Amino acid sequence: MKRYVPFRIGNISFLMNYRSIAYVVGLVLLTIVLIILSLGIGQLNVSPIEVVRALFDSSTDMNNLVVQSFRMPRVLMALFAGAGLAVSGAILQGMIRNPLASPDIIGITGGAAFATVGFLAFFSDRSNTLTVSIQWLPLASFIGAIVTGFLVYFLAWKNGGIKPMRLVLIGIGVSAAVQAFTTMIMILGPIFTASRANIWITGSVNGANWSEVWTIIPWFFLLMAILFVYVRRLNVQELGEDLAANAGSLIQRDRFMLITLSTSLAGIAVAFAGGIGFVGLMAPHIARRLVGSSFGSLIPVSALVGGCIVITADLIARTAFAPLEVPVGVLTSAIGAPYFIYLLYKSRNQ
Amino acid sequence: MDAIRTNALTLGYGEEDIIEELDLVIPKGKITVFIGGNGSGKSTLLRSLARLLKPKEGSVVLDGADIARTPTKKIAQKLSILPQSPVAPEGLTVLELVKQGRYPYQSWLNQWSEKDEKAVQRAMEVTGVKDLSERKVDSLSGGQRQRAWIAMNLAQDTDIILLDEPTTYLDLTHQIDILDLLSDLNEEENRTIVMVLHDINLACRYADHIVAISNKTIYHQGDPDTIVTPELVANVFGLRCQIMNDPHSGTPMCIPFSRGRRKKDASHARKMDA
Repeated sequence: MKRYVPFRIGNISFLMNYRSIAYVVGLVLLTIVLIILSLGIGQLNVSPIEVVRALFDSSTDMNNLVVQSFRMPRVLMALFAGAGLAVSGAILQGMIRNPLASPDIIGITGGAAFATVGFLAFFSDRSNTLTVSIQWLPLASFIGAIVTGFLVYFLAWKNGGIKPMRLVLIGIGVSAAVQAFTTMIMILGPIFTASRANIWITGSVNGANWSEVWTIIPWFFLLMAILFVYVRRLNVQELGEDLAANAGSLIQRDRFMLITLSTSLAGIAVAFAGGIGFVGLMAPHIARRLVGSSFGSLIPVSALVGGCIVITADLIARTAFAPLEVPVGVLTSAIGAPYFIYLLYKSRNQ
Repeated sequence: MDAIRTNALTLGYGEEDIIEELDLVIPKGKITVFIGGNGSGKSTLLRSLARLLKPKEGSVVLDGADIARTPTKKIAQKLSILPQSPVAPEGLTVLELVKQGRYPYQSWLNQWSEKDEKAVQRAMEVTGVKDLSERKVDSLSGGQRQRAWIAMNLAQDTDIILLDEPTTYLDLTHQIDILDLLSDLNEEENRTIVMVLHDINLACRYADHIVAISNKTIYHQGDPDTIVTPELVANVFGLRCQIMNDPHSGTPMCIPFSRGRRKKDASHARKMDA
């Protein structure tokens, strides 16, 4: 079968890559299998067939309650948070032309953590109860992510534009500074806030509920739809500044838009699931191994790989040490950190 | 007829000027080669012609219009540049790379028109990379990879193609191979080629017009047969040499005076040296 097949209707035309489509279909199936497994395994084990039945059943027996109300929102949150982080990383890696770039490294996650800790400390009274609704927490983290993203962007601005490498270095610097503030608030604040903040910083989808899931889903798809329009621009950005300029792209305008998209995607993920580490680094890298660097294929495959990683990691995190539950971020970092070192080791000769 | 001209062009990074008040005319349908020592500003000049570097003063004029005031997409349909040793993203296939040349003609809903497909197929045919179209660029040999990049420039379908040292890191066979390809493109398709070359002998063979750059401006320009003299090489490169006719092509050939190993019977060279 031919790998590349044109698709044309009137003035609409695309070049389709059948191999990538096959990967997307395969990964969607894998995601469905992982979701069903995740929904079934836990303190109460439900067989896969029972899980599927429970999904389409509206009665209120125990299985339905566990699958629909407790596990489903958590699994979906893992899926979308993982996908958001992965796509955010894919955009950054393409734009910066460096496989080591990711939302955690350039400070987006750190900014969200700072906002979260600040929120918990600032809105707590003396008896450690929050003075405002906890529902505002995701908004605070999202704002933290966006503000830090743009702070890094504007600090990296020099001579009428940003250079990707400068962005990374400034990002690492801002990230370190923000982390210092975060630690300071945690040490100065009450111990209760600190432990709660710590779980958030590590990243956890424990306690995700349907209203949070229904908030993240429309944002995720909206951002992905805009990104789809920008895929072509991302493809030329990836060739480097000179070749992007040669092709006639408005480099700085496109960079601004792509950074906004990347920051927002990571922002919505960390807002609800916290700083789940290394997914934004690993997922796009694995995806690139599967389908190459063309973003039309790379973006959907990264999203699915990211989702699968977080779903699997969360499944292990909540079952392997039962009855103890580990935040999912501990697991992704445990796999991710060695992976990062492996990447560094592999690229040492370049 | 001129393809590109510059008016009192001054270029530089920061405080320092690299090119000062340069008036240059690139002839249409010819191969023009910039030569000059390291750091002479020949690459900088080439980049500014392709709007990759903004002039400090003066302007670059393409088709009668200042490129600084022309929409960048319009320029991309008339002129393309291949920077020095470009690096392809990991895992990108040749087709996916060459396809990027069509960017200035596409819109987000119209990304692979029949015209795009024809231009890409043709570019890959001319450069001989059609059989490699599904291969990954980073798995190709140096020569094949450079052909793939040139195919991308060709897919852009511009009358003018600029190349910054297209033969760097290639062995001699592949250097000749790439330069022959560019020469064919010039002769058969009447494309204007402007490039920076390090090797003065190859420059003399392939160029219709040589621009020797030294001391922030043009030292001399014109037909290599008339302008390339020992005096020019001494002033532009700071090298003493003898100029002979290349026994194969009849174009000027530079024989540098150097130490190195010398055969006993090469005494006539020593005499000229003294």
